Amino acid sequence: MTTDKATGPTRGNRVPGVDWSRIALNVVLPVAGVVFALLLGAGMLLILKANPLAAYASLVRGAVGSRFGLTQTLVKATPLLLVGLGICIAFRANVINIGGEGQIIAGALMSTWFPLFFHTWPGWLLIPATMIVGFIAGAFWGFIPGILKARLNVNEILSTIMLNAIALQLMNLLLQGPLMDPAGVAAHTFLAQSAQLPQAVWLPRLVPRTLLHAGAIVAVVLAVVVYVFLWRTTIGYDIRAVGLNPDAARYSGINVPTFQALSLTLAGGFAGLAGVVEVIGVQHRLLEGLTSGYGFTGIVAALMGSLHPIGLIPASILFGGLLVGADTMQRAAQVPSSLVDALLGLVVLFVSGSALWSRRWASKRRTAEQMDQEGTA
Amino acid sequence: MKSVFSVAVVTGILNTMMGLATPFLYAALGETIAQTSGVVNLGVDGIMLFSAFAAFYATLTTGSLWLGLLAAALVGLLMGLLMSFVSVTLKAEQGVSGIGLYMFGLGMSSLLLKILIGTVKTVVGFPPVPIPLLSDIPVLGPVLFRNSILVYGAFLCVPLVWWLLERTTLGLKIKSVGQNPAAADSLGISVDGIRYVSVCAGAVLAGIAGASLSISLLDLFQDNLTAGQGFIAVALVYFGAWSPVGVLGGALLFSAVNSFQLWVQVLGVKIPASVAVMLPYVLTIAALTVTVNRMRQPAALNKPFERGES
Repeated sequence: MTTDKATGPTRGNRVPGVDWSRIALNVVLPVAGVVFALLLGAGMLLILKANPLAAYASLVRGAVGSRFGLTQTLVKATPLLLVGLGICIAFRANVINIGGEGQIIAGALMSTWFPLFFHTWPGWLLIPATMIVGFIAGAFWGFIPGILKARLNVNEILSTIMLNAIALQLMNLLLQGPLMDPAGVAAHTFLAQSAQLPQAVWLPRLVPRTLLHAGAIVAVVLAVVVYVFLWRTTIGYDIRAVGLNPDAARYSGINVPTFQALSLTLAGGFAGLAGVVEVIGVQHRLLEGLTSGYGFTGIVAALMGSLHPIGLIPASILFGGLLVGADTMQRAAQVPSSLVDALLGLVVLFVSGSALWSRRWASKRRTAEQMDQEGTA
Repeated sequence: MKSVFSVAVVTGILNTMMGLATPFLYAALGETIAQTSGVVNLGVDGIMLFSAFAAFYATLTTGSLWLGLLAAALVGLLMGLLMSFVSVTLKAEQGVSGIGLYMFGLGMSSLLLKILIGTVKTVVGFPPVPIPLLSDIPVLGPVLFRNSILVYGAFLCVPLVWWLLERTTLGLKIKSVGQNPAAADSLGISVDGIRYVSVCAGAVLAGIAGASLSISLLDLFQDNLTAGQGFIAVALVYFGAWSPVGVLGGALLFSAVNSFQLWVQVLGVKIPASVAVMLPYVLTIAALTVTVNRMRQPAALNKPFERGES
């Protein structure tokens, strides 16, 4: 008891089921990580004789300083949220999915081919069908490392990275061949991009004269769905059990490899969906560089959101804003946007490093609670 | 296809292979040391990128290749310390912290390239050093014994790392903290200390791997110069079953396929470039599925050590 005086008085009024101090810890640590990274970044800029205040001011202005900037932040947050939902599912099963980039490409490829092929379908049918097809394509790209891990014990980190490179080359191959824009071929420009998709499949815009599209709403709805899936269904429970303690899960009869393969497949599906919304929501065609590193930034967002689907929503908006602001910073303050990439790496290092403290804190509190119960009994 | 198998082309393929294998050898042998101590360092690619930049920039500004190499080793050491601190002292999930290190190295090298150099520049890298007599051997001589000093160094590292791990007290300690950290700890071996040393040694080698790209093989630096070679190096450690000789075999096989792919393109054989570029990655996945001798995997791989927890 004496070791834990600070939380002593409040312990009696805590609402059972909602652990507010735990949530606070899950917010404080990641936010501290971002602040820490920004401070280090400011130090680096000073050494490089750039003005950190001007750089960060233009970053914030770009992200939230205008109506268009704000909507752009949400546009970038959408694929981050979708990729991050998949990362949450995978990490909860103790599987590390680095394959977001490849899975986004898989989804983007299929969501380009499908509406081009079925261009006569009406929008109410074509949009959901394209989303499902893209989800399945991404899921397939996640299923490959999943089944390799389950059956042949192939390290999923390495196989997903290789599959990223393979997907990228596949996209290049198709963009220079069957999927290349016939208009580009006719005009002899040979741009590596596909034809524009039929208007029926374009996602409706939420705010006129901006790029914000209905995919943002889909992503938020899916965040709730994933929350319900992970915490209110048997399969979700099994996935989390596998991640928390694989040995205990095995003894209680859960097929650990199967659930890990399933979680990678689902993770791939959500990343694939991120590719779909980029194609039918933003670009309306497939083109090189479409993934914009969302597969990696989605991991950062998921960690920032403490691997919780609802926590992921503000985290995605934060990193969406950082990405938008980075471009503005590059234009206005002449500080390369790659600064933000380096800072994202520092955030990951900080958040993964701070997990120890939250773990220690949790076990200390558990012990204190046990002592409490012993005291009252 | 006949031309692909002429003597000149085959020696060309072999010579390209020696160069291509060089960064893989440094990086994968370094990763072998780190993993033998129980730490998976996934940030190798980030270390290679940052170090490749450091080597290039130092060479460009001072004109000294050796200072360039030193800069790369130093950056490698610092990145290794960062990785050790987060993964060993703070006991982070190694897969995640390694990705963080990768993103940091990728971002930093790109940032510094744009701020400090700006335009595309090249340096004159380490020249080929023909070894007297041996380089005059017909056919094989020019392939094996007319390379730059960093290429020789990479192949020399194979027996050196083997000797370190199999024939020295330090090697024994590295293995023991990777196999059974609790037992090593009870014998008075500093588990964290040995892991710091191993991760940092591996990171310095990863740094030299980066330098071998920017000031010996390509003589330039650009965004994402490594294009994922560091990750392939990590895969080679699994493929080589944590043995320096196995890593050598993997690196040679991998580089041979890559070299063949490059030559096929140069000779104008009609294969789409994307398919050719894809080949090595497909090969890596295939190599990972081949059941390697998993008995050799360090038992405490990827597991942070904490006293009092079994």
